[in-house]
Amino acid sequence: MAEEIEQPVHFAFDAESEAEIATHLAKYPPGRQASAVIPLLYVVQAQMKRSTGSAWVPRVAMDAVAARLGMPPIRVYEVATFYLMFNTRPIGKFHLQVCTTTPCWLRGSDEVTAACRKATGIKAWGETSADGMFTMTEVECVGACVNAPILQVDDDFYEDMDAARTEALLAALRRGERPPAGSMAGRQGSAPEGGPTTLLEPTVAE
Amino acid sequence: MLSDRDRIFTNLYGLHDWGLDGARARGDWDGTAAILARGPDAIVEEMKSSGLRGRGGAGFPTGMKWSFMPKQVGDRPHYLIVNADESEPGTCKDRDILRNDPHKLVEGCLIASFAMRAHACYIYIRGEFAAEAKRLQAAIDQAYAAGLIGRNACGSGWDFDLYLHRGAGAYICGEETALLESLEGKKGMPRLKPPFPAAVGLYGCPSTVNNVESIAVAPTILRRGPAWFSALGRPKNTGTKLFCISGHVNKPCNVEEELGIPLRELIDRYAGGVRGGWDNLLAVIPGGASVPVIPKSVCDTVLMDFDSLRDVRSGLGTAAVIVMDRSTDIIRAIARLSQFYKHESCGQCTPCREGTGWMMRVMNRMVQGRAEPEEIDTLEQVTRQVEGHTICALGDAAAWPIQGLIRHFRPVIEDRIAQYKAGRAARPLPLAAE
Amino acid sequence: MPKVTVDGITVEVPAGSNVLQACELAGKEIPRFCYHERLSVAGNCRMCLVEIEKAPPKPISSCSYPVADGMVVHTDSPMVRAARRGVMEFLLINHPLDCPICDQGGECDLQDQAVGYGMDHTRYGENKRAVKDKYLGPLVKTVMTRCIHCTRCIRFAAEVAGTPELGATARGESMEVGTYIEHALTSELSGNLIDICPVGALTSKPYAFVARPWELRKTDSIDVLDATGANIRIDARGPEVLRILPRVNDDVNEEWLGDKSRFAIDGLRRKRLDSCWVRRDGKLHRASWAEAFDAIAARIDGVHGDRIGAVAGDLCDAESMLALRDLMATLGSQNLDCRQDGAALDASRRDFYLFNTTIAGIEEADAILLVGTNPRHEAPLINARIRKRWLATGAHMPILGIGPEVPLTYDVRWLGNTPRLLNDLGDAAGLLRDAKRPMLVLGQGALRRPDGAAILAAAWRVATDHGMLTGDWHGFNVLHTAAARVGGMDLGFLPGPRGKPLAGMLDGGVEVLWLLGADEIAPERIGRNTFVIYQGHHGDRGASRADVILPGAAYTEKNGTYVNTEGRVQRGFFATYPPGQAREDWKILRAFSDRIGRRLPYDTIEALRARLEQINPVFARLDASPRFGISDPAGPAGDPAAVGDAAFALPIESYYQTDPISRASPTMAECTTTYRPVAAVAAE
Repeated sequence: MAEEIEQPVHFAFDAESEAEIATHLAKYPPGRQASAVIPLLYVVQAQMKRSTGSAWVPRVAMDAVAARLGMPPIRVYEVATFYLMFNTRPIGKFHLQVCTTTPCWLRGSDEVTAACRKATGIKAWGETSADGMFTMTEVECVGACVNAPILQVDDDFYEDMDAARTEALLAALRRGERPPAGSMAGRQGSAPEGGPTTLLEPTVAE
Repeated sequence: MLSDRDRIFTNLYGLHDWGLDGARARGDWDGTAAILARGPDAIVEEMKSSGLRGRGGAGFPTGMKWSFMPKQVGDRPHYLIVNADESEPGTCKDRDILRNDPHKLVEGCLIASFAMRAHACYIYIRGEFAAEAKRLQAAIDQAYAAGLIGRNACGSGWDFDLYLHRGAGAYICGEETALLESLEGKKGMPRLKPPFPAAVGLYGCPSTVNNVESIAVAPTILRRGPAWFSALGRPKNTGTKLFCISGHVNKPCNVEEELGIPLRELIDRYAGGVRGGWDNLLAVIPGGASVPVIPKSVCDTVLMDFDSLRDVRSGLGTAAVIVMDRSTDIIRAIARLSQFYKHESCGQCTPCREGTGWMMRVMNRMVQGRAEPEEIDTLEQVTRQVEGHTICALGDAAAWPIQGLIRHFRPVIEDRIAQYKAGRAARPLPLAAE
Repeated sequence: MPKVTVDGITVEVPAGSNVLQACELAGKEIPRFCYHERLSVAGNCRMCLVEIEKAPPKPISSCSYPVADGMVVHTDSPMVRAARRGVMEFLLINHPLDCPICDQGGECDLQDQAVGYGMDHTRYGENKRAVKDKYLGPLVKTVMTRCIHCTRCIRFAAEVAGTPELGATARGESMEVGTYIEHALTSELSGNLIDICPVGALTSKPYAFVARPWELRKTDSIDVLDATGANIRIDARGPEVLRILPRVNDDVNEEWLGDKSRFAIDGLRRKRLDSCWVRRDGKLHRASWAEAFDAIAARIDGVHGDRIGAVAGDLCDAESMLALRDLMATLGSQNLDCRQDGAALDASRRDFYLFNTTIAGIEEADAILLVGTNPRHEAPLINARIRKRWLATGAHMPILGIGPEVPLTYDVRWLGNTPRLLNDLGDAAGLLRDAKRPMLVLGQGALRRPDGAAILAAAWRVATDHGMLTGDWHGFNVLHTAAARVGGMDLGFLPGPRGKPLAGMLDGGVEVLWLLGADEIAPERIGRNTFVIYQGHHGDRGASRADVILPGAAYTEKNGTYVNTEGRVQRGFFATYPPGQAREDWKILRAFSDRIGRRLPYDTIEALRARLEQINPVFARLDASPRFGISDPAGPAGDPAAVGDAAFALPIESYYQTDPISRASPTMAECTTTYRPVAAVAAE
């Protein structure tokens, strides 16, 4: 059940959102527009980020999605609360998503968590820092395990993290910088540290 | 050791151009129309004889799965759905295909759809793979622009549309029927089977759901011939496979190797060995979080394929090898997986909804040792009450890691309990209940 | 038909059945929580697990598994027993086990199955889950910690009620059933959620902590708060009706009941007439039966029969209407009417005023035209049947509407709101003509108006012109709102050849007016000097205008015969005594006839019923609603061309308050406040 938070009373899709909605709706056969519920909730979340700085899905927006897709609102509420990537309450400017599932934990996600807490002052999962900059969420395996541990900031995967790299990343974010996503240890994708040991024959590669 | 010439995913690490030109240079989209000209039935037969088993975890023969689709298109269209909801802890192989070799997947989608008489295919990609989705969409757009897909794809006369659909954070959507529900705009709750998707799938139409890797290897198999593929690996476990080696190894990585490679060779050759040496190995989860853990004694000799790992009461799963050295709190490692399954249970059916929470809570106490020794048996029984009683396989997946832990590491749990009791006895005053 | 062997018993089952149904046919009871034969299959509770040979070697949910010829099923093997015990244990670990204070106690599926599959102790040492209760309105109480997530309520709301407002939000063990954004359910069928909830998560709010089921005296009866004739069970303790539940009758209400019919019962205890009253010097004074009868006798003495009239209300049983009709005849009066709303019903042929398709017959229709009606308020169960049919056609069946656009639970193409459309349906005519079994539903809103007779004739002509009347299909339907109406028509509680209809009796048209439970007539329309006798059970409009009040019995307090809108004759039964001096109505009339020396010729209800059958043989055909086509297409009197163009007005303003009982009910008053206006929800 939705907890009591301040909800906007009005939501309307802006022009950018409308263009995206048209792209999404074109993917599904006639009468199957409900398929676009997840895409439209993404559209909402992105528009909220653009307009308020916080990527979340207010109730009125869920109703707007329901109306647009001809679905009963409760079916949209179900979807919005089932999928973890939809925030049904406002979040901070940066969404710090720390993967703590076993492969990341084995590689030091505890350190990453501790570093995030230290840098943001956040005490518990789900909280937003006092300055509104960061919300910290514990997430399950994000699917980049050979580059563990992962700190996902918004949509970006920062890989091969440790405490120092976490602190440096958060400091950069505070400064308004956005370091490129990927391995913070300088690895080439999922290749082993030090460079690939396979796929070395040039004839195959090119 | 697999020669680079026999590797399918030649841009696995993203060293080269992911785009259409690069893909063509690596041999993709070469003679696609000629492959299609063999006809759907011939393609299915070739896939069957290649021996390819599904790369998503269950290992069901791909060609046979394709053959379940109706041979005639009735009043309902056919669909291919590609499962790119890669979420099994330890697994990150599809991610490399999606971002570095997307054209292999796009070409595979066309061929597989044609073989199953589908004019449309949806790729369901996990929501967290935002960058990968962007990359894949760009590849799809390139393929459309080049006439490789769309109307009269590759000049084959076959019309084919390919759509990308993003999930939004739910492991269960990797279950094929939950994926279909999600794609239809509902919660990802697995469907009751029968009916199976080949009869009633997406929008009630005949559908097949395949893993990214299964689809992406198809064009190469069909180009080089099923005999080439089936000559690799071991009988009934043929071909190459992407392995993900994570955890306590010196150099975690993804690598493509032959099925049947010894686990130890895989770790030592490609991942720089176990941290602190092979003798520092405690245990390995060889196929993603859902399969039971195997102790070092088994790791010493086991081969990495479906049947070898089944024989040691584990499984190849997604071939995601999670390595744990002797510093690992193995109870906590498995308890964290119990938390994962509790978090990812859709909540639909009773044993999973109630059982995953129960198992997680007991496991969390076991981490501290705050339990009675006889609770180990109770926990084992609870896993048996979940396993095989649920609508989908998530219940089994939640049960097996704990069963593996108890099977191989029961003394560790018992010691932990004894230590906790000793610690309590040493305390002068009882503390308030936690 | 496939042959299936269940525990060694071989049965033939219809193709397409599931294994659970096959087991039931073989006489094996299969425990279940989520499965409900009138809802879609969810397969989520996992309680109905069985073992099937040559199927995957694990327990299989029988509710979702289709039968196949030669299948061998075991319902009591060690594997099955262990599986069910396991599921029961899981269901109980987070269930509060607060049975002693749970209103479901004693009629709880979970409690019952725990006897068979529960353990004598718990192995679950963790804290139990607590779930916040949800607000669903004034009728349904929630204790959500008891919820076992079977989703029956969600499926009922979405499928049967057609108000998809309930859902399960979040996931895993955090999944919660509710409306997410709290609001009262907008269904007129919400009380059925209480019945289908297998545990005590959804219980009756008005009945909370009122009684335990084993304390209750159960009486089968018939609902009278609309004209559907829903089959009910009256649960009473001592003199009080505490609960009304639906009984299964597949032809009428299936196993559902409208909220008014279920929850208006607190109106039976309030504003009751429990003694006679006689007006003296402008004020009503309590009186004895003798005094009341004397007052009436004195007033009618010497009054010509032509100056005496009687009106029967909407809740009357046929027996009392016949007794009043016979009494009027002894007084020489033919001024009778059972149409207190003035509806232009034509009694010349029975199919002119019946719901001829029958309720169950709706499931054969393939096109519907609604005229001047809101079936959702006038007959929620018939509305549910229309929705059921609409869903069965894949939501493709054309449903057309002429009248005010009201939110129904299926897609309606509203053609407009003027009766003139009946004479020119435009392109909608093709949809009806293309249908094989089209039907038309004519509401009271179309008949209780000056051009009602013309509309009746015009509607009939629509039926003849669009293939609704054939040798084996009768698609012309009048939807009544009053439980007494068809019975009154059938027994001729109508003006005789020289008699006056209702309008002629008002405004001083008669000197003496006998109102039998007639409470829908505006008092000011009755002539100032007209002497009014009100016989009924509630101090409502009729009693307020009365000169003499005779306290009668409500439907729960008497044996009575009712004819529903289909023409189905059904019997209600006495469950509790009427309060104080109040008596069964036909007995009052019989006693009064004795007092004035014109004794009615029956001393028992059996004798009265024999007379009823003599007047109209339909009264002998209990519980039957014979389907018939039509051989004589001649229509009712009335000139179709004379329809006016005044928009249709619907007969019911608030579904919850339509009669003296529901108007006396605090629960219904609360509903009226809560549910105005009704929010529209997209059909699913």
